[in-house]
Amino acid sequence: MNPKEPARRRFLKNGAALAGLAVGAMRPAGAQTSSPESAAKISTDVRSYGERSHFETAIRLGAAGLYDPAPAGYHRDFGLRTPIQDSVGIITPASLHFYIGHGYEPPDIDPAEHKLLIHGMVDNPLIFTMNDLKRLPSVTRAHFLECNANSTPGGPTGKFRDDPNATAQDTHGYTSCSLWTGVPLSIILKKAGVQADAKWIIGEGSEKGKHTKSIPIEKAMDDVLVAYGQNGEALRPHQGYPIRLLVPGWEGINNVKWLRRIKLVNEPYMGMWESTKYPSLRPDGLSRWFQFEMGPRSVITRPSGGQRLPGPGFYEISGLAWSGGGAVRRIEVSTDNGKSWKEAEVQSAVSPKAHVRFGFGWEWNGEETILQSRCVDERGEQQPSVVELAKFWKVEPELFKTTGTIPGHFNAIQPWKINGDGSVQNAISF
Amino acid sequence: MAMGASKMRFRFKFFASVVALAACAALPAQSQNYKNVGRTPTPEEIQGMDIAIGTDGKELPPGSGNAKIGARLFAEKCVACHGEKLEGSAQAPALAGGKGTLTSLHPKLTTGSYWPFATTIFDYVRRAMPRYQEGSLKPDEVYSLTAFILYSNDIIKEDYVIDAATLPKIVMPNRNGFIPQNLDEIHDAKKRGCRLGHCP
Repeated sequence: MNPKEPARRRFLKNGAALAGLAVGAMRPAGAQTSSPESAAKISTDVRSYGERSHFETAIRLGAAGLYDPAPAGYHRDFGLRTPIQDSVGIITPASLHFYIGHGYEPPDIDPAEHKLLIHGMVDNPLIFTMNDLKRLPSVTRAHFLECNANSTPGGPTGKFRDDPNATAQDTHGYTSCSLWTGVPLSIILKKAGVQADAKWIIGEGSEKGKHTKSIPIEKAMDDVLVAYGQNGEALRPHQGYPIRLLVPGWEGINNVKWLRRIKLVNEPYMGMWESTKYPSLRPDGLSRWFQFEMGPRSVITRPSGGQRLPGPGFYEISGLAWSGGGAVRRIEVSTDNGKSWKEAEVQSAVSPKAHVRFGFGWEWNGEETILQSRCVDERGEQQPSVVELAKFWKVEPELFKTTGTIPGHFNAIQPWKINGDGSVQNAISF
Repeated sequence: MAMGASKMRFRFKFFASVVALAACAALPAQSQNYKNVGRTPTPEEIQGMDIAIGTDGKELPPGSGNAKIGARLFAEKCVACHGEKLEGSAQAPALAGGKGTLTSLHPKLTTGSYWPFATTIFDYVRRAMPRYQEGSLKPDEVYSLTAFILYSNDIIKEDYVIDAATLPKIVMPNRNGFIPQNLDEIHDAKKRGCRLGHCP
């Protein structure tokens, strides 16, 4: 394809299948841009890019502000949490996908100019344009993406962790699930010719802070994608437009957004975030680092914190389960504060490393009780309770109350208390 | 709830959906070389982007600096957020102090007390500092700021010259504070005994 070809013509040729969807994402390209009048007409016609009903009000919420007001290019909030309590099914709309950018707003990248460099310990260093990437085979897969700090005591969810008034968005909003489309990274790496000594890749983003992350070559060659699509359209800027790494099942930090470079190296590069901010400090002063995989976990989204049951009677308990270790095999629900557990019904497609929707029919008798869920993944690993998690960490649960220690990957069972008046509260305690 | 019937229905649906997904997700044949897709970058193109500094420092650029020059640069470009004593603020973390606090109830994780590699200081200052002017510092300035941070943590003397040869040799106080210590062992989560999304 001729790189000098006008952007608009390239768009028309390549984007036939995406026509309509991509209109809103198109940026002016100099002389080839349509007139301002027609652009205005497109943007004000809600039929050209649909909107939800004005009765629907679920929105992302930010965590503690770093900057207020924020200068251009930086965001005021540390991150935006998905309104998981209002979710239906398993796919998170791209507009509601959680966002953590370590203080940076998305760079404004023209896809016609964007390039991906592959270099380091390869036989043939390569540069790909967006058009090059779309000439390669693609796959489309459902995968959750979860922040290492989701639900942790300390960190961006810390102030909500044991707050009785916390909602599921407050405690679990740093997970989302999308249908991602992209090129398997293994195809790109094989084309470049990975040398025998290359043991890690480092991926680098284009934002002002140029976030960088080291990933072992085994994972890079397994199921990692260079993703350009999300839920049937191009990635949103907040999710890495025009390309990102998608590293299924692993801590969010690996999924480098606005990807501009992949370097093959022989050992982890030890960037600032991976070597100094994402390790979890143990009480003995040593730190766990590069924990990679997000463990099996689940959460009841309805009824959940802040909601209210209007009165006794039937309710379908609904929730999400997922595991970075593969497919969810079994989900159980307890409606009697953990005294008994019963198998829940799987109500969605089950894909590895993706959200699964579960349901459980329940008749509330109007008395105070506690609802919980737990899941088992395809390796037979079961989501731990707070006590089991503390045991695995070789600490007392009280440690989770202390500041300064952020135990990442906090996948403990979430209890929701149903009060006699039907109000629902966060019932986790340490 | 009639669990028996619904369970069977679920089992079948579950099996069917896994099979369907596996079929859809099958990878294309790998024998292809995808001719003429992508091009070879020029050495200049690679050099212009290759800013990541590994622990052996072999990517470090020419240049040098020391803590005395670094102190002046710090006062000009960094002090507003990181503080006069490198104590940090609401906007930025502390860069010094915290020695001996890692086992306490309120550990202070600073560059001096926590960071395992000195090369990371150079890498991060060059790529991401100062905020709002990322990438504006010249190599000599980055070397001097790195030296000033190391000196402020009693890791080097004030006149010690930091450059591509000396920086990778600095051993940070908490270098051995991470599990596993050996970088060659990090990649194998199974061998490390990682379970349930947690590593020992």
